[in-house]
Amino acid sequence: MTHTYLLEIGLEEMPAKIISDSVSQLKDILATHLKENDLNYSTINVWSTPRRLAVTVKDLETKQADRVETVKGPAKRIALDKEGNWSKAAIGFTKGQKVSVEDIIFKEVKGEEYVFVEKHIKGQPAKIVLEGLGSKLSALSFPVSMKWGNSSHKFIRPVHWLASLLDDDVVNMNLFDVSAGRETEGHRFLGDALTLSHASDYTESLKQAFVIVDRDERKQTIVKQIQDMCQENKWQDPTDNEELVEEVTDLVEWPTVFYGTFDTHYLDVPEIVLETAMADHQRYFPVREAGTNHAFLPYFIAVRNGNEKGLDHVRKGNEKVLDARLADAAFFYEEDKKHDIDYFVEKLKNVSFHEKIGSLYEKQERIARLSHFLAPYFGLSSEEKEELERAALICKFDLVTQTVTEFTSLQGEVAGIFADERKESKNISTALSEQYLPKSLEGALPESKIGAIISLADKMDSLISFFAVGLVPTGSNDPFALRRQAMGIVRIIEAFNIPFALTDWLDVIVDGMQNVETKALYEQNKEKVSQFILDRLDLWLTKYAGMAKEFDVRKAVLHASHDNLIALIDQAKVLKEEKPTNQFKPVVESLTRVSNLAEKADGALDIETKQFESESEAALYEELVRIENESKEMKTAHQEWKHFVELRPLIESFFDENMVMTDDEATRTNRLALLNRIDTLAQSFAQFKMLVIK
Amino acid sequence: MEEVKTFQDIILTLQQFWSKQGCMLMQSYDTEKGAGTMSPYTFLRAIGPEPWNAAYVEPSRRPADGRYGKNPNRLYQHHQFQVVMKPSPKNIQELYIDSLKALGIDPLKHDIRFVEDNWENPSLGCAGLGWEVWLDGMEVTQFTYFQQVGGLEVDSVTSELTYGLERLASYIQDVNSVYDIEWAPGVKYGEIFKHPEYEHSVYSFENSDTAFLFNQFSAFEKEALKQIEKNLVHPAYDYVLKCSHAFNLLDARGAVSATDRPDYLKRIRHMARLIAKAFLQERAKLSFPLLKDSEAKKWVEKYGIKEEK
Repeated sequence: MTHTYLLEIGLEEMPAKIISDSVSQLKDILATHLKENDLNYSTINVWSTPRRLAVTVKDLETKQADRVETVKGPAKRIALDKEGNWSKAAIGFTKGQKVSVEDIIFKEVKGEEYVFVEKHIKGQPAKIVLEGLGSKLSALSFPVSMKWGNSSHKFIRPVHWLASLLDDDVVNMNLFDVSAGRETEGHRFLGDALTLSHASDYTESLKQAFVIVDRDERKQTIVKQIQDMCQENKWQDPTDNEELVEEVTDLVEWPTVFYGTFDTHYLDVPEIVLETAMADHQRYFPVREAGTNHAFLPYFIAVRNGNEKGLDHVRKGNEKVLDARLADAAFFYEEDKKHDIDYFVEKLKNVSFHEKIGSLYEKQERIARLSHFLAPYFGLSSEEKEELERAALICKFDLVTQTVTEFTSLQGEVAGIFADERKESKNISTALSEQYLPKSLEGALPESKIGAIISLADKMDSLISFFAVGLVPTGSNDPFALRRQAMGIVRIIEAFNIPFALTDWLDVIVDGMQNVETKALYEQNKEKVSQFILDRLDLWLTKYAGMAKEFDVRKAVLHASHDNLIALIDQAKVLKEEKPTNQFKPVVESLTRVSNLAEKADGALDIETKQFESESEAALYEELVRIENESKEMKTAHQEWKHFVELRPLIESFFDENMVMTDDEATRTNRLALLNRIDTLAQSFAQFKMLVIK
Repeated sequence: MEEVKTFQDIILTLQQFWSKQGCMLMQSYDTEKGAGTMSPYTFLRAIGPEPWNAAYVEPSRRPADGRYGKNPNRLYQHHQFQVVMKPSPKNIQELYIDSLKALGIDPLKHDIRFVEDNWENPSLGCAGLGWEVWLDGMEVTQFTYFQQVGGLEVDSVTSELTYGLERLASYIQDVNSVYDIEWAPGVKYGEIFKHPEYEHSVYSFENSDTAFLFNQFSAFEKEALKQIEKNLVHPAYDYVLKCSHAFNLLDARGAVSATDRPDYLKRIRHMARLIAKAFLQERAKLSFPLLKDSEAKKWVEKYGIKEEK
């Protein structure tokens, strides 16, 4: 016979965003505990609402299996005295194991006989095993925890009850000062306290008390209600806003969807502002017309934590709240309308980007300067170049508008809308709205060239500026999101396929610095910034270029002698591709051999053809010069690799026929210089000796 | 149950309700402040191990929120009903919901929600975890479990409920503008406060003498620090409150640059921290009189100044 176990932790309302993670932690704790204790089961289900984290284990065995444990004691020669009686050591050992000397058997271990006893251990009943779970619950960890009352323990929110049932029997344990029982709470207002009679009744009993503990079911209920409502009213289905659906699911125990309206005159406010006021502040779904034009409509969809009762009150209340929010938004928007862009730009002089770095106005000027370097790579027309300059020099203006002060998440997008309203060109307004992209690790990238350039320049400026004043991310601490920004740089360069060396850009940035002190700080941090971005490239190759397993390829390429991201990516791809081929090993070996000797060249690169003594030397040199004369920029990574393949037999003959470390100094120096030249060429591709060959 | 309608009915009902729960009814503190939390009845009493249960109305001044009496929701001065219970009772959420019922709000006919909102007041070095309570989508109360006060981790957790009285009243009376709220039978909020709102807005945004206010800030700060040295906690704290108000006035006037802003806040926080420490010491010297003798002993041992031989 198997059993069902239920554990439910009842708390005060938890933050929506931590619930799913916490309940999966609870599942892990339980699974680990059962595994450690050899108690078998079929599945663990998780349940969660804002006020509870719960798990049920199905098909749990009645008890652990009985087992036999063999314990090793002293050697036979110590266990028996001369007369063949048990020694103190033997008696002590058996006592310690709670058996008697009659149980002793001998077994040979490495040529010597030892005392052994076999212990028959009875499996513990499931209930006893589960009681041990209590002490492990405080291991649940949360991003922020709190204490309450006079206690010193910390948890996500105060704990109120603990339901712990093995079938119909309470399994005793404590979480802080709360003891386990069979009592739980229904919906805060609709349900009552209830007593569970059996663990397997859990979801059904709670449903009777107006709580849907199955999070998925709750989510589907919400989605279905919204979709039905939209179909009836010919509205577009807004449930593709996955984030909002998820959040709302974690805010309610018994969802009822309703809609409300707002005054049509608010439709003059930009849609995105309305949407933010509804979604971010109130967790409402904005409403659009179904069909083709998706016109924004003066309605909102909301989810109530309760049933249909008094829904009119709820609707009216929510309408009133939204009206106040929209009145505010409209007020800020109208206030901002009174001013032109120059007015806001002027204000940026007094707003600091960071106290150690300077004003936002200065940041814009730096962005403009940084973007000059990039413009040619994006092939901008002269008109576009002018647009880029204008866009860069005003890009932060929306940060001092009242609209963005109120709706900070709309920075950039508001700049785009306001620029459009103030008759800036389409290219400029698009670029402004795209300047913060990507906003997350996998978020959307700028689509326009000018947007991409400003985004790159803004991010690079932040990196070098924060590095220069010593505000560098450490461990998990990255308050200015520099890692995310560096990843943004990698992704944009990759997506737009812009091949340039980071170092070249950084050199131009440093050269352009006026202030001598800042210039020196920038100079000192150039390499660190380049390395920081290369670290992100490593992550990009791992996660997005399918090179998680190719650790050596990533390492070898990231240690190449340049920091042109596009070239590095291509080189990594070629190495990954070539790795399974037959020629890979000999090529890597020959170049590694070259590299090892090249270290002895003391940097010498000048080769005297007069000094050549063999044909193989001359042949290798000739081929090298031919390759060197082809510009790297004109070659694909494939072509570069092909050159190494072609060089390989020449290198091998060179080593076969020539002694590099010969006594004749002139010849030795010349040969080392030749190898060093080949190594330099190889290093512009990868550090071949870092590649693993089998 | 009589219907709770006017603004003063709401105050009376809440006072009655919370006094029944064991809260002392304190009066508004007579120094300008931006929130009920800044009253010594919350800020100071949240420090240390002593129990403290109090409720009071606190007029709260936020110069930057002034709208010349024209915005239906934003005010230079609004009223908070502040409840602090320390240590936080186990059933504090239920008590809070009961207080709403006392105001005639039937939870079954409304949507009452506890939505995460972690609260922080950097200028006083305070932080806590909790919620904003939504009534049909409107934030009517800030609900916080204090974790840190004046930079000190708390010994006993204060639960703080801050009701926004204007919001609650405009909801209960179903009016769209705070100025239409009935304060007492026949007298509207606007008839009392609209003109002062206008004048304070003109003053805060246009007419205040910034040089005078900057001087005030420095003078108050100097006086506060001087009194802290003498362990005169309460007079010192009054001057910190005055600093804070002077700063808020300057901020509303746009006289504090973004670069200087953190510095001013840091100066206030510095004083608040010193005061928090000094208060704890002074209470220890008094052997934490609000604690039972048996409990006080271990805390005196922890915080008391060892007598010099």
